[in-house]
Amino acid sequence: MTAQTRSKPKVVTTGGYDEISSRMTRVLLYLIAFAVLAMIIIPVAFAVLGGFRSMGQLSENPVSLPNPWVFTNYADVLTLGTFWKQFSNSALIAFLTTIFVLPAASLAAFVLSRYSFRGRESIYTLFTFGLLFPVTVAIVPLFVVIRQINLLDNPLGVALPQAAFALPLSIVIMRPFFRSIPAELEEAAAIDGCGPFRFYRSIMLPLSRPVLSTIAVIAIVTSWNSFLLPLVVLSDSTGWTLPIGVTNFSTQYTTDTARVLAFTTLSMVPALLFYLVAERQIVSGLSAGAVKG
Amino acid sequence: MTSVRVAARTRRTPGQRRWPMIIGFLAPALLIYLLFVIYPIAQGIRYSGYDWNGLKPLTDWVGFENFRKIFADSSFIGAMKHNAVILVLSLALQIPFALGLAVLLNQRLRGRAFMRMMFFAPYVVSEVVTAVVWRQLMRPSGFLDHVMSGVGAEGLTQEWLANPRIVLYSVFFVVTWKYFGFHMILLLAGLQQIPAELREAAAIDGATFRQTFRHVTLPLLGPTLRISVFLSIIGSLQLFDLVWVMTGGGPINASNTMATYMIDWGFRRLQIGYASAVSVIVFGISLVVALAYQRWVLRRDVKGALTTMGA
Repeated sequence: MTAQTRSKPKVVTTGGYDEISSRMTRVLLYLIAFAVLAMIIIPVAFAVLGGFRSMGQLSENPVSLPNPWVFTNYADVLTLGTFWKQFSNSALIAFLTTIFVLPAASLAAFVLSRYSFRGRESIYTLFTFGLLFPVTVAIVPLFVVIRQINLLDNPLGVALPQAAFALPLSIVIMRPFFRSIPAELEEAAAIDGCGPFRFYRSIMLPLSRPVLSTIAVIAIVTSWNSFLLPLVVLSDSTGWTLPIGVTNFSTQYTTDTARVLAFTTLSMVPALLFYLVAERQIVSGLSAGAVKG
Repeated sequence: MTSVRVAARTRRTPGQRRWPMIIGFLAPALLIYLLFVIYPIAQGIRYSGYDWNGLKPLTDWVGFENFRKIFADSSFIGAMKHNAVILVLSLALQIPFALGLAVLLNQRLRGRAFMRMMFFAPYVVSEVVTAVVWRQLMRPSGFLDHVMSGVGAEGLTQEWLANPRIVLYSVFFVVTWKYFGFHMILLLAGLQQIPAELREAAAIDGATFRQTFRHVTLPLLGPTLRISVFLSIIGSLQLFDLVWVMTGGGPINASNTMATYMIDWGFRRLQIGYASAVSVIVFGISLVVALAYQRWVLRRDVKGALTTMGA
């Protein structure tokens, strides 16, 4: 009896042993995940909470919760004309970039995916070549070009080049999607007298809404965060975007760290909110675009 | 009757009306792409042969003098080394870290979707904001030092950004903070494409988790991993915003990258010719690395090679 009960649990124990070990590894996995999670949240929380501190609190005890909570930093920034000005400049440039890149990329991807013609692959390769070069590499001569065509201190001087540099990824994401739409659809449309442009506009674009929204979302996020191009193009402070505003604010108020953190936090809120809303498009667009093409 | 005419028209479309249509569709994209991407790159190559401040007429042709000066400048060589350090550390630490987390999030864990969302979030925060926040965290007797002395690691506190021997590693840490989530998402997508049956089969044959990972998962993840490595290389070579805002390349050039060096010469010292030569070098290195990588590494993959993507 005793032997039996013993031998029975023994079997269970071997199974249980695995379970325990896997439970232990699971605990370990959770611990690692939480540690990484903390690494992500803490800096963000530091910035958010830092905006609620006084300067004294920030230098004495930047770790615990603000005591007392100070609201003047955020209030000051939010009543600051420059913040809203920079906010709307950023929004305008992101908007312009998107409305330039969407039609340009989709028109090009449309013919590059659905028509065969001489030089098609060369043109496609020319576009993919741009994947290697973010704006950084070309910024010095690009500045000269923008100056030549009189677009310095003009939102278009930022939005147009940004749209141009967004083309490679956009076309690479769109082409396979456009290819997957059956040719019969186009033939049927052609029989009904629908030309290529109408097919593109009335059939292709509505069908491609998911991929178009992905492109738009990527363009908006990239534009919202872009720094170097607006930095060299927009020298007049009334045209500055938020990233330039943040760097300038942080050098201007080097001693008033709390206010800098409030400004910085408020400038990242739109991007994070946008990410919460459009997480799927952002993640799938940025990763799938890089992998699949 | 009508259908006959329409049929005739469709047949004609490929022949005669095709080219104007194709050109019309390509025109907007090609126009801005040529004007703002290709033309500046070509102009950069041209300017690199001149001593030019960007304003006076382009007349002082100096041949390869700019390049000679750049390679004779120890701070450029230093900047190149810094890019190389970031690159090597990214490949040796950041990608394995991202891979580990991708494997972790590929397990059945509670809150997996939430973690995935959070891990990717820093990628959406701009480099500027990242830099400003981390500069505050890492400043002397700032948050980081407070935390470290709070857990009794006071002796380990450093001048994270002010010590020339440490600053580059601090920068690398922040680069990892911002970008590991991106690589993790790439690798996670790759992992999820591997059929579970393969791992199950290996498990039935008695393979341990490690063996399965080493001999089944990792080889099948190869294509994704190679893309991830590639993007990491390109990113490391062109690192700019983060460094510029966080350290300005300092102290005493200890965290300069090729790009911060270029901007410094181009827009602070207004040596457009010289800075263009730097950009030609960065461009050349990126191109050579990309082509070599594609030739020797990515070629092994059926799909995923950059310039033949989608083909």
